Amino acid sequence: MTTEVGSDTDVKKEPEKVPEVQQQTDQPDEPADSAASASADQPQEESQSAEAKSDQEASPSPEPSSPPAAGGQKKEKGISRFLPPWLKRQKSQSQDKPDESSAPPKQESVEVVKEEQEETNQPKEEVDGGGAVTTSTEQTEEVKEVREESRAEELQPEEKEREEEKSIGSADTQPVREEKEDESEMEEKEEEKKEEEKKEEGKKEEEKKEEGKKEEEKKEEGKKEEEKKEGKKEEEQVIQQEASVLSTLKVNKKMKMVVCHVTLLDGSQFSCEVEKRAKGQYLFFQVCDHLNLLEKDYFGLSFKDNAEQRCWLDVTKEIKRQIRNSQWQFVFSVKFYPPDPSQLTEDITRYLLCLQLRQDIASGRLPCSFVTHALLGSYTLQGELGDHDPEEHRLDYISDFQFAPNQTKELEEKVVELHKSHRGMTPAQADAQFLENAKKLSMYGVDLHHAKDSEGVDIMLGVCSNGLLIYKDRLRINRFAWPKILKISYKRSNFYIKIRPGEAEQFESTVGFKLPNHRAAKRVWKVCVEHHTFFRLVSPEQPTKTKFLTLGSKFRYSGRTQAQTRQASSLIDRPAPAFQRTSSKRISRSLDGAPVVNVSDYSQADGAGENSPALELNSDSKSQQVEVMERPNADAATSITSETAFETDGAGAPQRKDLDKTQEDVLKHQASISELKRSFMEATPEPRPSQWDKHLTGSPATTLRLQTHGSLEEELTSLFLSKACFSGLAGSCSTAAAPAESAEVKPEGNEVIEVVEETVVIEEVVKAKPKSSTPEASVPVETEVKEERSLSSDSESEDEAEYHAQPPSTSISTQQIKEEPEEEQEAELSQQAPPSAIESQPSAEAADPGPAAEEEKAAQPHEEERTDKPLLTPDEAPNGHAPQGEAPPSPQTAAADEEEPHIVNGSASRVETEHLPQVICCSEPPVVKTEMVTISDTFAAQKTEISTKEVPIVHTETKTITYEAAQLDGNGDGEPGVLMTAQTITSESLCTTTTTHITKTLKGGQSETRIEKRIVITGDSDIDHDQALAQAIKEAKEQHPDMSVTRVVVHKETELAEDED
Amino acid sequence: MAELMSGFGCFTHAMVRAVPQSLARDALRSGGLEVDLLKVQEEYEEYVSVLKHRLGLEVLELPADEALPDCVFVEDAAVVCGDTALVCRPGAQSRRRETEAVKAALTELGLNIVEMTDESATLEGGDVLFTGREFFVGLSKRTNQRGAEILADTFKDYAVSTVPVQDALHLKSFCSMAGPGLIAIGSSEAAQKALKIMQQMSDHRYDKLTLPDDSAANCIYMNLPSKGDVLLHCTPEEFPESAKVFEKLKDHMLIPVTNQEKAKVDGGLTCCSVLINMKKNI
Repeated sequence: MTTEVGSDTDVKKEPEKVPEVQQQTDQPDEPADSAASASADQPQEESQSAEAKSDQEASPSPEPSSPPAAGGQKKEKGISRFLPPWLKRQKSQSQDKPDESSAPPKQESVEVVKEEQEETNQPKEEVDGGGAVTTSTEQTEEVKEVREESRAEELQPEEKEREEEKSIGSADTQPVREEKEDESEMEEKEEEKKEEEKKEEGKKEEEKKEEGKKEEEKKEEGKKEEEKKEGKKEEEQVIQQEASVLSTLKVNKKMKMVVCHVTLLDGSQFSCEVEKRAKGQYLFFQVCDHLNLLEKDYFGLSFKDNAEQRCWLDVTKEIKRQIRNSQWQFVFSVKFYPPDPSQLTEDITRYLLCLQLRQDIASGRLPCSFVTHALLGSYTLQGELGDHDPEEHRLDYISDFQFAPNQTKELEEKVVELHKSHRGMTPAQADAQFLENAKKLSMYGVDLHHAKDSEGVDIMLGVCSNGLLIYKDRLRINRFAWPKILKISYKRSNFYIKIRPGEAEQFESTVGFKLPNHRAAKRVWKVCVEHHTFFRLVSPEQPTKTKFLTLGSKFRYSGRTQAQTRQASSLIDRPAPAFQRTSSKRISRSLDGAPVVNVSDYSQADGAGENSPALELNSDSKSQQVEVMERPNADAATSITSETAFETDGAGAPQRKDLDKTQEDVLKHQASISELKRSFMEATPEPRPSQWDKHLTGSPATTLRLQTHGSLEEELTSLFLSKACFSGLAGSCSTAAAPAESAEVKPEGNEVIEVVEETVVIEEVVKAKPKSSTPEASVPVETEVKEERSLSSDSESEDEAEYHAQPPSTSISTQQIKEEPEEEQEAELSQQAPPSAIESQPSAEAADPGPAAEEEKAAQPHEEERTDKPLLTPDEAPNGHAPQGEAPPSPQTAAADEEEPHIVNGSASRVETEHLPQVICCSEPPVVKTEMVTISDTFAAQKTEISTKEVPIVHTETKTITYEAAQLDGNGDGEPGVLMTAQTITSESLCTTTTTHITKTLKGGQSETRIEKRIVITGDSDIDHDQALAQAIKEAKEQHPDMSVTRVVVHKETELAEDED
Repeated sequence: MAELMSGFGCFTHAMVRAVPQSLARDALRSGGLEVDLLKVQEEYEEYVSVLKHRLGLEVLELPADEALPDCVFVEDAAVVCGDTALVCRPGAQSRRRETEAVKAALTELGLNIVEMTDESATLEGGDVLFTGREFFVGLSKRTNQRGAEILADTFKDYAVSTVPVQDALHLKSFCSMAGPGLIAIGSSEAAQKALKIMQQMSDHRYDKLTLPDDSAANCIYMNLPSKGDVLLHCTPEEFPESAKVFEKLKDHMLIPVTNQEKAKVDGGLTCCSVLINMKKNI
């Protein structure tokens, strides 16, 4: 936890500061620095222990091999390794400045060490690590810069931002400055400026030279950036950059770098250095840059965990915490298989998808028939080798390709036969054909997971773009389309989906599957959440900033959805990038436009490919491609291993010309492809959200905009949960003595589902709601704030998590349910009360203390919990690895921490309000259903669902979620106590009615103040319920910081349009 | 350009098998009705004539085998998709040997033959509905899970979903394809239930053509070069209401084919032939 907290705060603060710094450009750096340092210090202190831990953990992990040494300056061994590729390049530029580079770096490193020592007390590690690593980089660099950059990247996932950062960094990194103290920085900067100015002139030349010598990828990247930069070069910028660099540097005191090895789709390896604490994003973007890939959202990085299971790297989290002790070894692969590859914008994206599918096919993951193997194989040949050439393509020319898991001579012959028929097809066309056929395969894009059904029968769960498929052996025995799924959750090693009731059914049913272990259950859950979001939603759910939610996994897919990525790619405005096609084992080098190729060339290609683009140019006259002309040049610039073809300074100009020339051709080509696409699209309509929309007959509200509800609920729930955390009770009974209120929900039946303590409930309420002028939904939210209650949380966020799909619901009514299940709940309470008291120590403590002590107590349990059971991020929990520190985070910081679901009371609410979840969902077939969920925070938590069906004409969905914090004293509601005062306040705003009921009672010598707030939010889809709700909660928290929330009930009532799929 | 899964309904050949004398007395039937052998033979001849002369298919006629009273229903003996033929293992013991002649004939045609060697597997073609994009296999008295698995292994490109069949002999006793993406389905509860399952299991969307009579939902769709969409369906005499429904398909070439007598031994229109596309598109 601590760690997270720290990092989180960092993140938050940084963004704000950086901009400031930049603005200040010419001004002295002091302010920026101080700010930066301040920000840096705070978090670090908090997370000291955590960091230390993490460091320790990290250190044992084998150091990745040193990056390919480009140059040879070893002065900065330790430092250099920290430098990102682009920085290195830059350095090279500035290499010539001897003094600066040599001296300063050392100092820098020292400084760093010191700081670390102070902060972490583990100086040694750092020093050692830095020294050991080493190697490589030719240029002198500054640690600070590096840090900053990486930091910046983390903070700003956006490409643009990143690029800016990069350019900044590249623009001028002056080693000297960082070392100096704040006071002297100004002077230094000025000096640097001067120097830079002088040197800038020389830079270009230098760069050229260097590049000529070194063809490393890094440099290339650098070139790109440089080019950009050069165009702009301005002193001011430089200054700004410097300033920002400095500030960031201070923020990040740690700069351990690690080399990551990424296996690319063509089988080649890509290595890059990342800061040890870097987030997945950083690495992922590095890889994408290397590949020159813009449509990156379909892809991801995976790694193997300790159990040799393949896990997706969460880009929003630190790499190290995900891989733990595993190697820094990753695989770049397709994560979301686009159902219609023809809608991808760029050929390079399609090509990468082809590479992935070839792997899938060869490995047997994507089964196909003989004919299909042959056909796809033939397109592969056409794409890689160009037209079949009887002279050069003897039968064995394809032996290096693997077209099928079991490749027979017969298959190869068939492949060749078909290959001959593709004459004239360009590589891009061949890829397109390959994909058009591959996408029809039934297992295309299906991510399989072993599981058992409720009867213990072995089955496979297949997650795909449309939903969840259930296989027994090779047979599909069931299928749950996303619209059919209300909720996805996992608990221990079980994975559950709650199914929307069919037309004839009244209640949802929940289907459970048994996964081999907890991690597997979580993995499939995550994959489902991601796929649902990516393919079904228009935009991802905003990560609820709520820090309330301590329980359960907060994991959400935060990347772009398919809809978003399509939109983004429609804006891609660049000439089709040239890229090198390589067959898996040998490097063939037919370029896109140039289907070429001599066999003889291949052999050379492997070794000399990079240097001999010229060979490729020869390629052939047969190809009708116009693009041939342009491609060659681009290729020249690109090394086989290298990511992208961009021009070097020197060579850049000429190449560009070529590109321009061919631009037209490219466009033509693309046009033809787009025609193809169109035809394909017409031929095969994709099941898209749009179709869902169609289903929603007569519901104007189909607008995809809704979603908020789910998050709403989530927040509320989390609210409860967070309180629970305080009390430290794993299981406690719900306190809520809450007087029965008017029941808006009429329970018809109760479903009791066992819920583990750690449950995050995000229900997806999908409904199409007719827009009517009358308020259709009301969202009463009741927040009960009780004094003197401190709750303990059980920190098991991992065991269980639920995810509710978010379809658009227009309105939500939240209501307090207390009374409905009154009897039942009470029963529950009574049963559970005893255990809770016994089990949770913290809660016990909390219970006794008088009001005055409350705050302390609250804090205490918290701490205890932490130490005992550090909150684990979902990833970590299973192994019991708690990298996060144990330092007691202040509530605020804790709340701030996004990644960790951990939360503290007061602060949580604020955070929450800041971020309003906004999700756009596809509309779903509306269902009339009422659901009530009661979650009590008991170790044997239970969830009660009550469906109501009181729906006359208008179909409504009513959902109630109740959270009740553990009640320690057990005299909760049963003992009325003496009523001291009671007061009711009602306030109304636009669509919100807040009723506050305050009662003071004297119970057993303690006075208890209970505040019940009932917030009713009414309105149609235009109303932002979440915001209103969040606001209400926030206010409650702020008004009564000394009170704890014991119960939150969210009741949604939504009108539904009648329909079902 | 070669493309997978294209050309649904394109056929060049049809394999049929003559009516054995033994059919009238020994053929399996659920209704216990008397069968007029002559009428059956007339129907058979009409059927073959339509395929051969009206539609111009190359008809491969296998001789009847008196030891196999149900042998006229060749559909159950093999499932052909693309250039691959899966030789079934009928669930009815008395029909096991029907596959021998069928297999020989299919081999002769040059198809890739896959046999079901698993003794525990049963599969009859009447339980196999191929929609052009995927298979549905009815789990019936004649077809079991294992048989469906083997089918799935044979046609790897396609999703194979299982559908429980109740109150009917075969899956196709109450449904069939009436066009690309168009499922003809009977009105019975069992039929509707099966349809629902199929819709749920599928990634694709299908339109449905609901027919008042379950048996009428067994029709034959073809897409032939010079004829376009062709549909062989029940006659108005047999199922007047259902025939009206078919008549609404304006774009199809509608050919009513009598099947009254064969229906008494649970034979549908599809049962009497195995349709094959020998024109290689790959």
